[in-house]
Amino acid sequence: MPRTVDTGPQHPAPSPPETRTAVDTASPEYLANREAALARLAELDAEHAKAIGGGGPKYVDRHRGRGKLLARERIELLIDPDTPFLELSPLAAWGSDYPVGASMVTGIGVIEGTECLITANDPTVRGGASNPWTLKKALRANEIAFANRLPVVSLVESGGADLPSQKEIFIPGGALFRDLTRLSAAGIPTVAVVFGNSTAGGAYIPGMSDHVVMVRERSKVFLGGPPLVKMATGEESDDESLGGAQMHARTSGLADYFAVDEPDALRTARRIVARLGWRKQGPAPRQNPVPPRCAEEELLGLVPGDLRTPFDPREVIARVVDGSVFDEFKPLYGPSLATGWAELHGYPVGILANAQGVLFSAESQKAAQFIQLANQRDIPLLFLHNTTGYMVGREYEQGGIIKHGAMMINAVANSRVPHISVLLGASYGAGHYGMCGRAFEPRFLFAWPSAKSAVMGPAQLAGVLSIVARQSAAAQGRPYDEEADAGLRAMVEQQIESESLPMFLSGRLYDDGVIDPRDTRTVLGLCLSAIHSAPVEGARGGFGVFRM
Amino acid sequence: MISSLLVANRGEIARRVFRTCRGLGIATVAVYSDADADAPHVREADAAVRLPGNAPGDTYLRGDLIVAAALTAGADAVHPGYGFLSENAEFARAVLDAGLTWIGPPPDAVEAMGSKTRAKSLMAKAGVPLLDPVDPATATSERLPLLVKAAAGGGGRGMRIVRRLDLLDGELAAARTEAAAAFGDGEVFVEPYVEDGRHIEVQVLADAHGTVWTLGERDCSVQRRHQKVIEETPAPGIGDELRDTLYEAAREAARTIGYVGAGTIEFLVSADSRPYFLEMNTRLQVEHPVTECVTGLDLVCWQIRVAEGARLPDVPAPPRGHAIEARLYAEDPARHWQPQTGALHRFSIRESDGLRVDSGVEDGGTIGVHYDPMLAKVIAHAPTRDEALRLLAHALRRARIHGPVTNRDLLVRVLRHPDFVRGGVSTAFLEQLPPDTGDPSAVRLAALAAALCDAVGRSPFGGWRNVPSQPQSKGYRTASTGDEYRVRYRLTRAGLVAEGHPDVRLLSCVADRAVLEVAGVRREFEVAVYGNQVYVDSALGAVAFTTLPRFPAPRASTAPGSLLAPMPGTVVRVAEIAVGDRVTAGQPLVWLEAMKMEHQISAPASGTLSTLQAAVGHQVEVGTVLAVVTQEGTTP
Repeated sequence: MPRTVDTGPQHPAPSPPETRTAVDTASPEYLANREAALARLAELDAEHAKAIGGGGPKYVDRHRGRGKLLARERIELLIDPDTPFLELSPLAAWGSDYPVGASMVTGIGVIEGTECLITANDPTVRGGASNPWTLKKALRANEIAFANRLPVVSLVESGGADLPSQKEIFIPGGALFRDLTRLSAAGIPTVAVVFGNSTAGGAYIPGMSDHVVMVRERSKVFLGGPPLVKMATGEESDDESLGGAQMHARTSGLADYFAVDEPDALRTARRIVARLGWRKQGPAPRQNPVPPRCAEEELLGLVPGDLRTPFDPREVIARVVDGSVFDEFKPLYGPSLATGWAELHGYPVGILANAQGVLFSAESQKAAQFIQLANQRDIPLLFLHNTTGYMVGREYEQGGIIKHGAMMINAVANSRVPHISVLLGASYGAGHYGMCGRAFEPRFLFAWPSAKSAVMGPAQLAGVLSIVARQSAAAQGRPYDEEADAGLRAMVEQQIESESLPMFLSGRLYDDGVIDPRDTRTVLGLCLSAIHSAPVEGARGGFGVFRM
Repeated sequence: MISSLLVANRGEIARRVFRTCRGLGIATVAVYSDADADAPHVREADAAVRLPGNAPGDTYLRGDLIVAAALTAGADAVHPGYGFLSENAEFARAVLDAGLTWIGPPPDAVEAMGSKTRAKSLMAKAGVPLLDPVDPATATSERLPLLVKAAAGGGGRGMRIVRRLDLLDGELAAARTEAAAAFGDGEVFVEPYVEDGRHIEVQVLADAHGTVWTLGERDCSVQRRHQKVIEETPAPGIGDELRDTLYEAAREAARTIGYVGAGTIEFLVSADSRPYFLEMNTRLQVEHPVTECVTGLDLVCWQIRVAEGARLPDVPAPPRGHAIEARLYAEDPARHWQPQTGALHRFSIRESDGLRVDSGVEDGGTIGVHYDPMLAKVIAHAPTRDEALRLLAHALRRARIHGPVTNRDLLVRVLRHPDFVRGGVSTAFLEQLPPDTGDPSAVRLAALAAALCDAVGRSPFGGWRNVPSQPQSKGYRTASTGDEYRVRYRLTRAGLVAEGHPDVRLLSCVADRAVLEVAGVRREFEVAVYGNQVYVDSALGAVAFTTLPRFPAPRASTAPGSLLAPMPGTVVRVAEIAVGDRVTAGQPLVWLEAMKMEHQISAPASGTLSTLQAAVGHQVEVGTVLAVVTQEGTTP
């Protein structure tokens, strides 16, 4: 049978219409926005630096002193030179009692030309022990691998569960083993490279993987170590005979490959991936896509410091999509939500972007229609969030805002094309849901440093609490303590504000990372490329009942 | 009239002769060994005849096969080129006996000069100045230093300088062995060794009607292992008196033996400008192009005309300007001039006025083990010596040579060396030249360019990181010095960030060209990649790298203390030593002959000989274990 090569879309590339941009890079607003964005990016860099720093200089030096590579050094050697690595959830555990990064590195990288989901324990952080955030991060990585059909390579060196937090880990942690074998069952290859400890429960990581590489005199893979064996059966034993690479390669057969050192193990892992014969199942992108004609650098100056001031998401789109070409759908209807078609790094996308913050009935219906069209055409969807939610008020309730919002959420929830969400600014209330928030399982969700997400804005939430308290006091005939109210409001506002910030949300794994706005096109391109490892097929029907 | 001419040779000289033949309307016939089946000289010939095998003894030295080839292919003349059978009187006779025209001097003249000892006595009778031979039996220390030479052959084989009388007998024996092996004639002689001498030779051209021209002299003092590397005409800084003496002696030498055709009389000129006859080469010299440049004559054309019986005009046209030739060899000056073999991916020298390139190779060719590793002769001709030197150095420096290590950098260094530029260096000049330290900053930039070009096209996203923790890292080893360079860089939104290169900006980069701004100066680097070989050419010089593997191969399994064959060749001698004997560091153990050179392989350390695998006559490949020395204090 003749083989055909998918070379991407054959229709002509979108012809460039005149590029209109209203951004004045000399305006005080732009410059102020940019200043604020750079300050936030500096903060973000500082937090990322913590993740890179792992367990700190002392443990890093000790690890190196043993002739071992750091987690990120292992990844750098594993992936192809001069190819990207999209690190996921780098801020995991931010704001928790555990170090930023959650003692694990996860991300998408290219190995021998194959995009893989890579995880690596960071043994400089408490011996690479898993805490609850490590678990969440690992499970999220598995989810991404599963949804996008990315082969998984685990670089294992972990002392197992962080015992003081075992109650948070032990029971849900079984999902890690479940995921590995389900990935395997789904035909998604799994490779484990064991650099050190992988004992007790950790032993099942190699145990459940398709391919296992162990390192001479380094790997230690057993259910019970010498002390436990002594206690259990009285048998005298040692690490090597219980779980060394030699033993597993020659005797137990758990190790498929015996590596003489860490670089040899990574080289072996690369050869394993090279021989997977992995083919992406999604359509290929257009070759040689044109970059945006508007400068990506200007993305820093678009988002106002005060999110109550709306900004035009078309200015963002013009700095993200190929050739800055965006063919808008229904531009005159429901203008508070911009919808339309574009290509991004050669991949077709449908974009939904909040233009005026609030979602009305028309916007909701437009979104529902647009999402269905994308499903008919098998086109992935990109959601650019800057919404305060669905409109409230008598007129809108009477106009059916609930059922129209439900239509949009119905469409989003049952859509089968891949979704990607980027939180540019606000993402409040049910608007977060309608715009494919975390619970709606977008393949990827990233936030700009300017983003905020909560059930509602901090001031509104504090105000609502205040009104309710005031009504309660009035109902009971108590006098209302205005001073206490002001204090309460300020406190609540501050709490909600801090809990709606991207680093906080990223720390809780509610997104896949906080990104430099100027990297948006690159991040989305990488996500789309990863997404196309799996087939891209929309729903044909299959939506819930649309209330009309 | 000659209508079809066979060249009993290969490579650049075969092509050189063919070029003149084409100009004269003479059909060309090549001969070729199996290794040369696709060589340029074969493809350029009108007809070619195979000489089965590869060893010169089976092919280009088989006069019988070559005469038969000429008859088969319908050639009516034979040109021997240089080397091989060019000074073989028997071959010349065989050619003539077959009824063919011999493009060369009468066989008797060849024979007269064939033995240096006999030639010297002839010349002495004719009054040509020469060094008195020394009888080794009665030599005293006052006569030191001495030079032991083989009577037959040339090219430095069997030649030895003796500075201690007690070593004379040993060197004589060694020279005899080497001469016997190389030329089938073990006769050697001893003469005083002239320190700081210059090698100056005179080109003669004689017709069969008694006219003998001298066509200027050539200074060929830049030599390695007694083999010429750079030749020029006129010789710088010699007075008219010496020049006249040389010309007169050369004419006298030619007349004495009834010489016809092109020939060269070689002299040694002492530091006090005394000339001594060395030998006469009864053939066209490798370095004849410099004479052609300044005289405007085509010597090959005149060889053919003279063979056809033509008469030379009474006097040649006066010479014009200065010409200098450099021989580009695939050899590694840093490693005792070891010949280098392998694929020659690219060989290109930009043409310009005054520049001539006589090459035997082409892009995509292979430098094999069987023959001389000369790639090409590059000749510059200019009104003055300084201009000729500058032109030649520039042409060599900017040449694209993508293949085995060559002596190119050394040639450029010589051409720009103050002593050489001043003129009049001795034959010891090259051996005394300190090793090249190179320009590490230029090499670092070349490595950076190689790394950047390597990054092109690997991903539309490049080496992007959202959480950057370390740079991209690539390692390169230079082919010339073996130094390793590590390039660490990131391509960021703000441009190139390369460790150790704060003043470098990346202006543009495609797979085969990086444009960098270095301290405010725009520089282009051409980058060519062949497997793990990377060649970077720029105005800062050419650099050849081997890409270091990201994952070093598992450690070599050869025992420490192993003596490995540095190149493919034949074991010609093994020290009289047995397994278990003690050896000292530097003690020669095995002699290997490869590419016309004898290489001595010595003990890497003091210890005990634990294995001896080499035996005389063994053909060995690169890396073959010849012997193993167990170092003191270790166990085998």
